[in-house]
Amino acid sequence: MRTELNIDKALAALADQPKPDWLVHWQQQGQQVLSQTAWPTRKTENWKYTSLKSLQGISWQAETPDAVADGIRFVDWQEISIDFVNGRLVNTPKLPDGVTLHRLSDCSEAEGLTFLQKVDSERAGFEFDALNQSLLTEGYWLKVAKDIQVAQPIHLNFISSGADVVTSTQVLVELESGARATIAETFSATAEARVLVNANTALYVGDNAQLTHYHLLLEEGEVRHIGRVTGSLSRFASLSSFHMAVGGILKRKDITIRHRGEGAELSLNGVYLPKGHEVIDYHTTLEHEVPNCTSSEIFRGIMADHGKAVFNGRIHIHKDAQKSVAEMNNRNLLLSDHAEIDTKPELEIYADDVRCAHGATIAQLDKSLLFYFQARGISKKEAEVMLSFGFINELLDALNDQPVQTLLRPLLATLFAQKQADLARHIL
Amino acid sequence: MLTIKNLKAKVEDKDILKGLNIDVKPGEVHAIMGPNGAGKSTLGYVLAGRDGYEVTDGSAELHGENLLDMDAEERARKGLFLAFQYPVEIPGVSNMEFLKASVDAVREARGLEPYSSVEFIKLAREKSKAVNLPADFLKRGVNEGFSGGEKKRNELMQMMLLEPSLCILDETDSGLDIDALQVVAEGVNALRSPDRSFIVVTHYQRLLDYIVPDYVHVLADGKIVKSGGKELALELEKEGYRWIEGETV
Ligand SMILES: Nc1ncnc2c1ncn2[C@@H]1O[C@H](COP(=O)(O)OP(=O)(O)OP(=O)(O)O)[C@@H](O)[C@H]1O
Ligand SMILES: [Mg+2]
Repeated sequence: MRTELNIDKALAALADQPKPDWLVHWQQQGQQVLSQTAWPTRKTENWKYTSLKSLQGISWQAETPDAVADGIRFVDWQEISIDFVNGRLVNTPKLPDGVTLHRLSDCSEAEGLTFLQKVDSERAGFEFDALNQSLLTEGYWLKVAKDIQVAQPIHLNFISSGADVVTSTQVLVELESGARATIAETFSATAEARVLVNANTALYVGDNAQLTHYHLLLEEGEVRHIGRVTGSLSRFASLSSFHMAVGGILKRKDITIRHRGEGAELSLNGVYLPKGHEVIDYHTTLEHEVPNCTSSEIFRGIMADHGKAVFNGRIHIHKDAQKSVAEMNNRNLLLSDHAEIDTKPELEIYADDVRCAHGATIAQLDKSLLFYFQARGISKKEAEVMLSFGFINELLDALNDQPVQTLLRPLLATLFAQKQADLARHIL
Repeated sequence: MLTIKNLKAKVEDKDILKGLNIDVKPGEVHAIMGPNGAGKSTLGYVLAGRDGYEVTDGSAELHGENLLDMDAEERARKGLFLAFQYPVEIPGVSNMEFLKASVDAVREARGLEPYSSVEFIKLAREKSKAVNLPADFLKRGVNEGFSGGEKKRNELMQMMLLEPSLCILDETDSGLDIDALQVVAEGVNALRSPDRSFIVVTHYQRLLDYIVPDYVHVLADGKIVKSGGKELALELEKEGYRWIEGETV
C-alpha cells in the first residue's frame, strides 16, 4: 500500500521522535506489512463497493498543531470528558477511583508489549491495521479495576484538525471482572480540517463485567475515517455498543466482536446517514467461539442525495458454539434516486444447535405516509424529516437506553433537519 | 363553501369520477352513499390532493379558491380535512409529535401563534378524552397497532384539534362499536356550526340518525345519480342501490 498511500512525510516525522525500542520495532513491523499489502481495489472482496481514491494524491503528514478544538460536548450528561487533538491527549481530568488512563508512551516495556499484544490478538486481516501500526506514536489504555462500578460516563472526545494530516490512534478499554462502565467515543473535526483519521479501539470486557459503549463518527467536511473496533467478551460479560456515522468524504469502520466466554451477551447497534456525496461503510463480524452466547445486532441507514452506504454483517458460529443465539437486522431507507446501499448479510454456522436469524431490507419513503402528513397540513419536506427520523427513532426506542434517548435524539434531530430549525422543531 | 362542477378524474388510466357536481354551503351536512367502488374515497382523495389522482375535467373550489391547483398541505391549511377510510400507521413518529406538527402548520397558515408544548399537551389530552382514547395513545406511534375503531377515533381527534371548515369523513363510522359511533356523532355534532360544513361518506343509514344530514347523495359509477333529503337514506336502506340504478338506466 506504500506506493498508493503517500505517507512519506508522516514516516519521516516519526523517525525524528524519541521513543522506546519496542515501539520502534512495532512501527517497523507495521511498515513492512504495509508495503507488502496490496492496495485494496474494487476487486478486493472487502472493498468491493468502497473506493479508496479519496486517500490518494495527497501527501499525508503527521502534524501536531497547537490548536485546541472543542469537539463534541454533551449537555447534562455529567460525563468525564477526556479530549484528544489529532491523537494527543490535551487534558488530564480526574478519574474516579478504580479507573486509570495510561499512555502507551508512559508504559514500561513489559506493559507496552502487553498493550500491543492485546491489540494485536484481536486483529484479522484488515488492511488499515498495518497503517495504524506503522504510524502509532501513542495509545491509550483505559482500565476499570475489578468490581468497580463507574456511575459517571467517560467521554473520549477526539478532534481532528489541520491540512493533509493523518492520525493513527489506538484505544484499549479494559474492564476487569465484575466492573461496570459507560464509555463514549466521539470523533469530530474542525471546519477546515483535511484529514485521514485512522482510529482503532479494542474493548476487553472481563467476566461478569458490563460495558456500555458508543462510537460516534461525527466529522463533517473533508474527512476520511478508516478504522476498526474490536471486542472480546469473557464469561457472562455484557457489551452494548452503539455506532453512528454521518458526514465526511469516506467513513469505514470494521467491527469484530468475539464471544470468548460462555454466557456473554452482546447488543450491537448502529446508524449511518450518508448525504451529499458521502460514503459510509460498516463491516461487522460476530464471532461466536464458545457455547451459550447471545448477540443482537441492528443497523439502520438512511441514504440521501448521492449518498452511499455499504453494510456487511457477518455472523460466524464456530463448531463448538452450541446454543448460540444471534440475530442481525439491517434496514435501509433511500431518500433519492441517486442514493445507493449495498447490504450483505452473511451467516456461517458450524454448530448445529443454534438460533440464528438475519435480514436486510431496502425501502423508499412510503408515498401514502407522506400524503397522510400533507393531508394534515405538514409540508412534504418536514414530513420527510419526521419520517426519516421516525425510522431511526424506532431503533433508538427499541434500545431503551437513556443516554441514547437524551444525547443522541437531539443530535440526530438537528442532523436530520440539516440544521434547519423549522424542520427540526417537531422532532427535537 | 365547496363547489364541485363536472369533476372528472382518473387513477392509473382508469376513469373513476365521471362528471360529478356538488354544492356544499356553509353549515350544511351532506351525506354521500353508494355502492363499493363507486368512487367515494376517490372523491375525498381528489379533493385532498393525493398524488396519482389525475383530474381530467371540471373544477372544485373551496371558499371560492381553486382547490385543484394547491398542494395537499395547502388545502389542509385552507381548512379542508379528510378523515381517512384507512388511516395509515407511522411507526417511530409519536402521535403527539405528529399532532403538534399538524396543528402548528395549520395555525401558522391562519396567522396564529403555535401553542406552547404545555398548552398543546393539555389540549391534546382534552381532545383524546373527548373521543374516548386513553392519553397514552398520544405517546404511541401514529396509529401504530391501533384497532380499527381506535384509528377512526384518532382521525376524529385530529379533526377536533385542527378545527377545519370543510370536513370530509370517509366511512368514519365503519368498524365502530355502538358506543364509539355515538362518540363520533357527538364529536361531529359538537363541531357543527354555521361556518363549518361536512361531507359524510357512509354505508349505514344508522349514522345519519345521529348526524342528521341536510342532503343525501347517491354516488354510483363516478357520478351523483340521485340527491334528496335525509329520507333518501331510509329509502336506500330499504330498497338497496339497485332501485336507483334501475331508475337512472
Ligand atoms: N390506485 C388505483 N389503481 C387502480 N384502481 C383504483 C385505484 N384506486 C382506486 N381504484 C378503483 O377506483 C374505484 C373507486 O374506488 P373508491 O375507493 O373511490 O371506491 P369507494 O366508493 O370508496 O368504495 P368503498 O365503498 O368500497 O369504500 C374502484 O373500482 C377502485 O378499484
Ligand atoms: Mg371508500
